[in-house]
Amino acid sequence: MMLGFDPAKVGFFFEVLASGLLSGILYALVALGFVLIFKASGVFNFAQGAMVLVAGLALVRALGWLETQVPFWLALMLAIAFSGALMTGIAWAVERFALRKLVNQTALTLFMATIGITFVLEGLGQQIFGAQVYKLDIGLPRDSLFVLESVFDGGILLNQLDLWSAVLAALLVVALAVFFQKTQVGRALRAVADDHAAAQSVGIPLTRVWFIVWMVAGFVAIAAAAVWGSKVGVQFSLVYVALKALPVIIVGGLTSIPGAIVGGLLIGAGEKLAEVYLGPSVGGGIEHWFAYVVALLVLLVRPQGLFGDRIIERI
Amino acid sequence: MFYREAGHFHDKYRDEMAIFQIREDRIGIRLLLIAAFVAVPLLHAAGVPPFAGDYLFSAVLTPLLILATAAIGLNLLVGYCGQISLGAGAFMGVGAYAAYNVSVHLPGLPLLATFLLAGAASAVVGLVFGIPSLRIKGLYLAVATLAAQFFLDWAFLRVGWITNYSASGSVTAPPLVIAGWHVDSPVERYLLVLAVAAIVALGAANLVRGNLGRQWMAIRDMDIAAEIIGIRPMQSKLTAFAISSFILGLAGALWAFVNLRAWEPYAFSIDRSFQLLFIVIIGGLGSIIGCFLGAAFIWLLPLAVEGIPRWLSIPIAADAAANLTLGVFGALILITLIFEPHGLARIWAIMKHKLRRWPFPY
Repeated sequence: MMLGFDPAKVGFFFEVLASGLLSGILYALVALGFVLIFKASGVFNFAQGAMVLVAGLALVRALGWLETQVPFWLALMLAIAFSGALMTGIAWAVERFALRKLVNQTALTLFMATIGITFVLEGLGQQIFGAQVYKLDIGLPRDSLFVLESVFDGGILLNQLDLWSAVLAALLVVALAVFFQKTQVGRALRAVADDHAAAQSVGIPLTRVWFIVWMVAGFVAIAAAAVWGSKVGVQFSLVYVALKALPVIIVGGLTSIPGAIVGGLLIGAGEKLAEVYLGPSVGGGIEHWFAYVVALLVLLVRPQGLFGDRIIERI
Repeated sequence: MFYREAGHFHDKYRDEMAIFQIREDRIGIRLLLIAAFVAVPLLHAAGVPPFAGDYLFSAVLTPLLILATAAIGLNLLVGYCGQISLGAGAFMGVGAYAAYNVSVHLPGLPLLATFLLAGAASAVVGLVFGIPSLRIKGLYLAVATLAAQFFLDWAFLRVGWITNYSASGSVTAPPLVIAGWHVDSPVERYLLVLAVAAIVALGAANLVRGNLGRQWMAIRDMDIAAEIIGIRPMQSKLTAFAISSFILGLAGALWAFVNLRAWEPYAFSIDRSFQLLFIVIIGGLGSIIGCFLGAAFIWLLPLAVEGIPRWLSIPIAADAAANLTLGVFGALILITLIFEPHGLARIWAIMKHKLRRWPFPY
């Protein structure tokens, strides 16, 4: 084959790109939870992955039991409500028993505390809901879809499930944007994010804001778990998927919600393309570290990420 | 009453500079070392219950001492220099695979030289991954060290020459011989590991009291201020990374050669990094004795979670025990951070402080 335009190869490239972008949306969903908590409390929340795991386990187990009792749509609603209630409970417990006691500690201490929270959630979650791999079906269509068949040979293969998750992610981002811009609670959250002390001095209760923000991060975790769970099943490896969210927010910027989305897309697309085009020459499996190396490079060149706030230190 | 500072007069600088300034401390540490080096093997030979048999040595004491050694390495970086690292397990792995490669390609080399070369290899890798610390710090650095962890994990698995092209990815350590001494039995391995742990602990304790240690602590406490008073951040951060990785690599070589004997890349996964970080947090950031206390705690806790219900004849499933251990770990980290941020080492210091005045209340 001559070098140059080859429709089948270009089609394959776009196929890889599309699947990368779609898995990037999922990374972005998890990263959103990180950014929410970091913005409102300055806590680097390592527990986001464990929250996705617990949310997914609660959802899949409740759904599995309720399906046998009531019609599917009602069972789904009830299961979502159940996991929502659980995440609210977790948010309350985290604020009441950990964050409130650690107020004014260094960021490092808070980070390590979230590692502690991670282990408690993983241990209790698996003890209560079981530690097997559970198939989650929330009624999203799964058939493959061929698009642009007229342009490329054989068209571009897309997974409908991924498209639906993209729609869900977009809806979530719009909802969060409205919540932050238009509601009173959202404004309080933004005030706290801007300046803790100033927010407190005008009467915004810090502890309640923390509770709310962990709750919202919990709801985001449910959405991430629902989508990831439909794709790969609800299982412990969700925790490792969430570790991908760390490079995503480094690339996008710790404090930026659009940054989480863009970072997710960049990382998702980049690692799939790297795996397909660079992987074979170094032995494959580079998906596991590619995101981190990209994050490392971004850190060296532009530590605040693409959209983050610049940190200026004074003495 | 039994333990006090009163009456200890220092009239030489040497006395004031001693690691253990109080005579009771000096006697205590000597007794402890004699017990560990002489009494424990003798009790084993005599067959006194907990020391008879190999279980205590191969399943408890040897891994515990190696983890404590590794924790000292990590503590120099995290506790003394304030550079958080989530890649400690990977640096142990570098040491293990470097030692393996040295033993394969230079079979005649003495074992101790192999171990030192392993540490040196790990120090070089640690230096490379420490470079980002010059521009970023705190949580951002945690991500950079995670990059080291994932990259090295992948390399152990996929880069053929690291495992000498072993098909399964698992490798086996050569027999341990030091100057004609065949380190075979669990007790002998325990003695080897104990000797290394004691030397590393002594070295680290001296290091952190000296110029370098003070530089690290200044960087940790406030890097900009340290820079202003003339400490070069680049030099001190990179030495912290190099020395920490050296000790981690040494501990990794011990873990692979002495404890596991045959291992797979999974032995140095991110779980190991977390385990070491918890040892350092629970033991006490910036404390050498804390590394031993923390390692004992972290290593014995799962044994206790599994053992105590069996002892009380409450049946508990293996996976339930694992989940319970995980939950208890998490809770302990939170409790430690909330109630005693300085860890077990601080509790130990408070106990000593109380003993000084006992039995008088004040």
